[in-house]
Amino acid sequence: MAKFAAPGQPGSVVTYRDRYDHFIGGEYVPPAKGEYFANPTPVTGEEFTEIARGTAEDVERALDAAHGAARAWGKTSPADRANVLNKIADRVEANLEALAVAETWENGKAIRETLAADLPLAVDHFRYFAGVIRAQEGGISQIDEDLVAYHFQEPLGVVGQIIPWNFPLLMAVWKLAPALAAGNAVVLKPAEQTPASIHVLMELIADLLPPGVVNVVNGFGVEAGKPLASSRRVAKVAFTGETTTGRLIMQYASENIIPVTLELGGKSPNVFFSDVAAQRDAFYDKALEGFTMFALNQGEVCTCPSRALLQSSMYDQFLGDAVERTRAIKQGHPLDTDTMIGAQASNDQLEKILSYIDIGKQEGARVLTGGERADLGGELSGGYYVTPTIFEGDNKMRIFQEEIFGPVVAVTSFSDYDDAMKTANDTLYGLGAGVWSRDGSVAYRAGRDIQAGRVWVNNYHAYPAHAAFGGYKQSGIGRENHRVMLDHYQQTKNLLVSYSQNALGFF
Amino acid sequence: MPRVAVTREAAAVLRRLRASHGELMFHQSGGCCDGSAPMCYPAGEFRTGESDVHLGDLAVEEFVVPVWMSAAQFEYWSHTHLTIDVVPGRGSGFSLEAPLGIRFLVRSRLLDAEDL
Repeated sequence: MAKFAAPGQPGSVVTYRDRYDHFIGGEYVPPAKGEYFANPTPVTGEEFTEIARGTAEDVERALDAAHGAARAWGKTSPADRANVLNKIADRVEANLEALAVAETWENGKAIRETLAADLPLAVDHFRYFAGVIRAQEGGISQIDEDLVAYHFQEPLGVVGQIIPWNFPLLMAVWKLAPALAAGNAVVLKPAEQTPASIHVLMELIADLLPPGVVNVVNGFGVEAGKPLASSRRVAKVAFTGETTTGRLIMQYASENIIPVTLELGGKSPNVFFSDVAAQRDAFYDKALEGFTMFALNQGEVCTCPSRALLQSSMYDQFLGDAVERTRAIKQGHPLDTDTMIGAQASNDQLEKILSYIDIGKQEGARVLTGGERADLGGELSGGYYVTPTIFEGDNKMRIFQEEIFGPVVAVTSFSDYDDAMKTANDTLYGLGAGVWSRDGSVAYRAGRDIQAGRVWVNNYHAYPAHAAFGGYKQSGIGRENHRVMLDHYQQTKNLLVSYSQNALGFF
Repeated sequence: MPRVAVTREAAAVLRRLRASHGELMFHQSGGCCDGSAPMCYPAGEFRTGESDVHLGDLAVEEFVVPVWMSAAQFEYWSHTHLTIDVVPGRGSGFSLEAPLGIRFLVRSRLLDAEDL
C-alpha cells in the first residue's frame, strides 16, 4: 500500500493555489464582480481553495478572447493542431501523478482510478484526436461530366462546453480534444462542485495553446453557465448533466438556432444470463466483477450499471457471490492506493443518495448489504462516504428508474430472453448497458435489442477513445469519443463547381 | 390530492429567492449528475408543454410555486409524494439557490390511502 500526501502537504506531488481566477485569453483574470466561492474537498469536507464566481460579464470577456483566437486557430493546418494536442498529451502524461492527486482531492474518487483510468484516458484522448484529425478526408463527388461537388470540413467557430463533476478532468478532455482538433475555440465552464482541478491542468498546458483558444470561466450554473448556454456568440453548446437542464439548454439553443450535444445520464441495465454461472471459472469471476462495477467512481458515472438483471435459474447463487464480492470492496482514504471506493463528490450528492435509499426501503426493496452513510473516522468523518449498497426489488420501483448516482445497485430477476429485454428496456433512458453470456449469439442479439447507445458485452466500464459513446431515448443527443465526434464540431462546406464553358440554355 | 409539499426551511429559501427573482417555479429533473433534483427557476424561464405534468403548487404564505415534471418521468413517480427540502450543498444545473451554498432536495414517501 501507498498513500499519497494531500495537496499542499509535505511530500505532496501537487499544490493547489489559495485562489483561482478565470483563465481567459491565455492569462488569469479576476472576476468582474470581484467575488469568489469556497471549494471544499469531499475527502474531508474542508475548504482548500477559492474560485472566481463568474457572471455574464466574465463570460462575455471569455467570448471576446475566443472570437479573437478562433479564426487563426481554425486556419492552422491539421498537422499543427495535432502537434499541439500531442504535446498536451505528453505534458499530461509527464505530470500524471500530480494531476491524479489533484483530481482525487477535488472529486473524492479513489487515487487508483485517477492513476489508472481518468488521466491515462485523458492522455489517450488527446492523442486519438490528434490522429483522427490528420486522417480526416473531405469528399469529391462527380455529379456529372462537368459538375463536381467538393466537401470540406470547417470548424464551427466558438463553442460553449459545460462540464460535469463526476470526472472533472476526463469529461473536460472528452469535450476539449475533439473541439480543438476540429479547429474551434472554446469557452468552458467547469461544474461548481469541482471547479479547481481543471486549473492545475490549464497551468500545465497554457504555454502550448495560442491565447484565447481555450478559456475557462468558473461560477454557478445560473450565473455563469446560463449566460454561456444562452449566448448568441456561441456556435454550439455541449452539455453533460441531467434532463431538466438539458431541456433548458435546448430551449436556449432554439432561440439562437444552434446545435447542442447532450449527455443526460441513464439507468443502465447489466444483464446476466444463466450460462454465466455454468462454471465457476475465470469468466464467472469476471462477471462478478462486472456486477460490482456499480461501485466504480462511487457510482457517480452516467453509465453506472445500477440495475442488475439476473436470470432466475442462477439468481440465488450469483447474487450470493455478488454480495460477497461487494462486501470485499475496500472503503478508505481516497489517496490510499488500496482504497477501492472513495467519497461522494458533495454533501448534496450524499444527501440525495441517502434519500433514495430511504424511498427504496419504503417501496419494499430489501437491502442485502450497505445502505448507509459510512463514517470512516478521523479527518474523514467530515467527508461524504456511502457503503456500497445492493437492493433487491422490482423494476417499477423508483430506485430502478432514477439515476441515484451513488454506489447503489438495484437487483431483480428475469425468466427468459424476452423477459430480460422487456425489463432492460423498461426505462426512460438508454445510455449504457451490459450483457453477460457465454453464448455469443445470445449476447449479440441482446446487445442489439437493448435500446442504448453503448452496450458492453462481457465487459463493463471500458471507455476507449475509438468507441462512440452516447444515448438513446432521454439519455441525450449526439455522441462523444470516436471519429464521429468531429461531426459535432464541424460544418460541412460544399463547393459545387461547374467546369463547363457553356450556358445551360434556360435564359 | 396533494402530491407535493415544502419544508419550512425550503419555504424560507423560496421567500428569499422570490424577493430577488420574482415569481418562481420548479421542474423536477431526471438522469445524470444532478438528476432527480428539483430545479428552481424564475416562473416561465423553463417552458413547460404537453410533455409535462403539473404536480401541484407549493403554498408559501402569500404566494405559490408550481411544481412540474415530465409526463414520462411521472409514470414512474406517480405513486410517491414529494416534499421539497433544502440541504447545504453546491449547486446543480441552473437552479437559482445554488449561489447561496444550498441545494433543494426531494424527499419522497409513498402516497397512502389518506392522500388518495
